[in-house]
Order: sequence, then structure tokens, then C-alpha cells
Amino acid sequence: MKNVRSYGPAIVIFVGGLAIWELVVRLFNIQGFILPAPTAILSAFAAEAPTLWRAGLATFVSAVSGLAVGATGGVLAGMAASRFTLIREGAMPLAIAANSTPIIVLAPVANAWFGLTSPIGTVVVVAVLVFFPVMINLVRGLLSAEAQELELMASYAATRGTVLRKLRLPGALPYFFSAMKIASALALIGAIIKEYFGGPQERLGQYITLKAGLFQFEEAWAAILLASAFGIGMYGLILFVERKAMPWHVSVRS
Amino acid sequence: MTSTISLDNVSMVFGSGIDAVKALESIDLDVQPGEFVSLIGPSGCGKSTMLRVIGDLISPSAGTPQVNGKSPHQARLDRDYGMVFQSATLLDWRTVLENVALPLEIMGIDRPERDAVGRKMLELVQLDGFASHYPWQLSGGMQQRVSIARALSFQPSILLMDEPFGALDEMTRERMQMELLRIWEETETTVLFVTHSIAEAVFLSTRVIVMSPRPGRIVDRIDVDLPQPRGFDTREHQRFFELITRVREALRAIEDEPA
Repeated sequence: MKNVRSYGPAIVIFVGGLAIWELVVRLFNIQGFILPAPTAILSAFAAEAPTLWRAGLATFVSAVSGLAVGATGGVLAGMAASRFTLIREGAMPLAIAANSTPIIVLAPVANAWFGLTSPIGTVVVVAVLVFFPVMINLVRGLLSAEAQELELMASYAATRGTVLRKLRLPGALPYFFSAMKIASALALIGAIIKEYFGGPQERLGQYITLKAGLFQFEEAWAAILLASAFGIGMYGLILFVERKAMPWHVSVRS
Repeated sequence: MTSTISLDNVSMVFGSGIDAVKALESIDLDVQPGEFVSLIGPSGCGKSTMLRVIGDLISPSAGTPQVNGKSPHQARLDRDYGMVFQSATLLDWRTVLENVALPLEIMGIDRPERDAVGRKMLELVQLDGFASHYPWQLSGGMQQRVSIARALSFQPSILLMDEPFGALDEMTRERMQMELLRIWEETETTVLFVTHSIAEAVFLSTRVIVMSPRPGRIVDRIDVDLPQPRGFDTREHQRFFELITRVREALRAIEDEPA
């Protein structure tokens, strides 16, 4: 009952929005290349399902691989930067600067580095994209331990490694998960944009540019729909893991 | 018999040059095993600093502190101290039992044993039944009891308490004072207790050390000869009021001093 009540408004707005969209397209006879009707997108989706699914899966795998590589790198770099002041003072301003640049502009360049048909390029672009927010958030999280908590650990003669495991890492979890939420969205955006500029065939990005070029916008929109579904799925998965990993946190506890 | 805590001419200066602040000046203090000693004085008198020097959280600028006949550093490595701060400082991600057992976990004691000890400690602070709760599910007073249980879990010979009841309401505070005295009697721990409250210092202690600020010095040492064990009647004891007056006058004498 509680679920129906809490999701109710969102469902009403979603379905209502679709209905208005459909109505507006039909009423004003809007051309398909400007905005196809939801029903047209759905039937294109059904017709193209096998191709779309193959492309979507390949893109998703690239995005997730890049996310895994970049997040792992970000965590390790964050741990190093929080441990060594010299690394932190040297690397953090650069990381913050890099994080404010549109790294995605690397996409066309990556083809030159890894070859037009190599899937590595996409993984690398995604990894670089997610590396910085994960690193920066992790450093903040690891340094968020309060002075008194550190004194407490000192009074137990805890080693540096123990302080890391028992205090700093658990304390950094909320920061890590908010970084992962940003990073998961970035990963999918990065992968698809990278594919706009070439790379292996049968990818979502390739599919979208191809269909748009052929003025088959229903198909392009069907691909966008699938990309959105993957994005929401990834976000949901991270939310789920977050709840399991830190049931004690303010944002999770009921 | 070795003193549990002995400070010999200990001074502490923060900063240097014109900004230097003398937090402690020539402090001499001896605390015998089993004593309950309170440090009282206005803000900036160095009472917390003194506690931190003894607990090896900071090193003094001069003088020799000794704890159980060792340097504070060695005493810390030997886990001679249990510390309790004004805020309970419990770890959010650990249950009450896991918080209490944290020191034991760090000492490498295996789970069954540390759970057993943890549960016994929770009984001691009358929180059995809350073992699997999380800190945020407890009231401020209960959280502070958990933090006391945690400090006692590894049976340190010394309990260093920095205004542990400062954030609690009056009713909770008086209940906690009774509990602390009961625990002190049961465990025979030596307690060094920093407080702002004159009544609290007199009620709890065997000795009250009065300190003055800028520079932090000991201006009076008052033996509290109230009968043990203390209880409800203690607060209505004639001698209790006399001692409170005695401490209050010692504190007022500081204010009257030319700055």
C-alpha cells in the first residue's frame, strides 16, 4: 500500500506526460523527424528489438567496464591522496580542475589512440570520466573522520591500517556511493557519446547516429529509450547495493 | 607504591613567540590507585589539556608526566587508558555491542570472547537489551553509557573523562553520576574527571583540583571527605554544602586576582 501511495504521483505524471505527448503529436500533426509519437517509438522498438538489444548490451558492457576500471582507479588514488599529504597537495587541485573540464571531448581523440574499431577506446574514455569524481569524493570521505574519533582510536593504540579499516573506510562509504551515482550516469553518457564518433559496429551510439542520419527517428528514439532504461537500471542497482552496504546511514535508515 | 598518575613540573605552551599561549604552567600532581580526582576551573584553565597530556594525545612542552611508572606514550601502547569525551563518539555503522567491543576487536580478541565481554559491559551500564541497536536509536544519555562501557571493556587501570556529562540534562546527569560511582566501586578504576560543575566534582570525587587560567595552574587541592558509598543522602549532607562552598570560594579567588 505504501509503495502505491509513494510512487502513485510519479506514475500519474509519467503516464499523463506520455498521453499529452501522443496527443500533441497527433493533434498538430508533428513530423516524425521532429518528435515521433510514443506509440511510433514503441512499435519501432518492437520491430528492432533484437538489434537494439545486441547494441545496447555491448554499450552497457563498455560503460560498466569503464566504470569498474575508473572507479577502482579513483578509489586507489583517493586512498593514496588521503594517506600522503604530498600526493594530496599535488594531485587534488589538478583532479578538481580536471573534474571541471568536459573530459568527454576526448571521445574523438580516443579513436586515434586505440584505433577506430577497438572497444578499448570507449572503456578508457568512460574510465577517465568517472575516475575524478570518485577520487575526489573518496578523499573527502576518508578525511571526514572527526578529530575525536581519531583520538579515540589513538587511545586504543590502533595502527594506521586499523584506523583505515575500522574508521576511515566505513566513514567514506556515503561519499563513495554518492560518487558512484554520479559516475554511473557519466559512464553511460560517456560510452554513448564516444560511440557517436565511431568505434565498433552494433553499439547504441552508432545506431543512434546511423538512424538519425537516415531520418529514421522512431528507431533513434527507440535506442534512446533503451539507453534510458539501462541508465535507470544501473542507478537502481547502485541504490540497492548502497542500502545493503550501509543500512545505518541517515539517508537509508527507516 | 607507584602513583597511577604523576605530573612533575609539567608545562604546555601552544604556539610560539608573541602568540604563545601557556596552557599549563608547572603542574605537579599525584594520583593514587583507586582515586577519583576531578579537575575543575573556568574555560581555558588547561584542564582538558592536562587530561590530553596524561592520555598521550599531546606531548607536554616541559616536565615529566608518568603513568603507572611509565611514559604516557608507553601507557597508551599498553592500553592503560579508557577515554570518555563529552560527545559519545560512537561509530554510526556499528551496533551498540560492536561499539562496546571495538577496543577488544582492535586488540585482536576473537569474536565470541569480545561479544561476551561486551554484553557484560552493557549489563554494567544497564543497557542489556540494546546490544543490536544502532547508536542513533539511543538517547544522549544512553549513548554516553555505551561510551563508558566501551572505555571499560578492556579493563584499563585509568579512566580519563572529559566533561562526559556536560551535554546531558540535569536528571540524566544525576543518574549517570550514580552509575559512574557504582562502576568505579565495582571496577576499582582510577578516574580523572574534567568538569565545569562544582556540585558534580564534589559529589563524585575523593579529591578536587581547582585550576586557574592564563596560565593554567593548580590553585587548590581539596580532599573530599564525604562518606562512601555516596548516594541520595550525600547531596543533603551538611559536609557536601561546606565542600561546595569551599570549591566555589577557591574558584572566586581566581576571578578576584588581577589579570
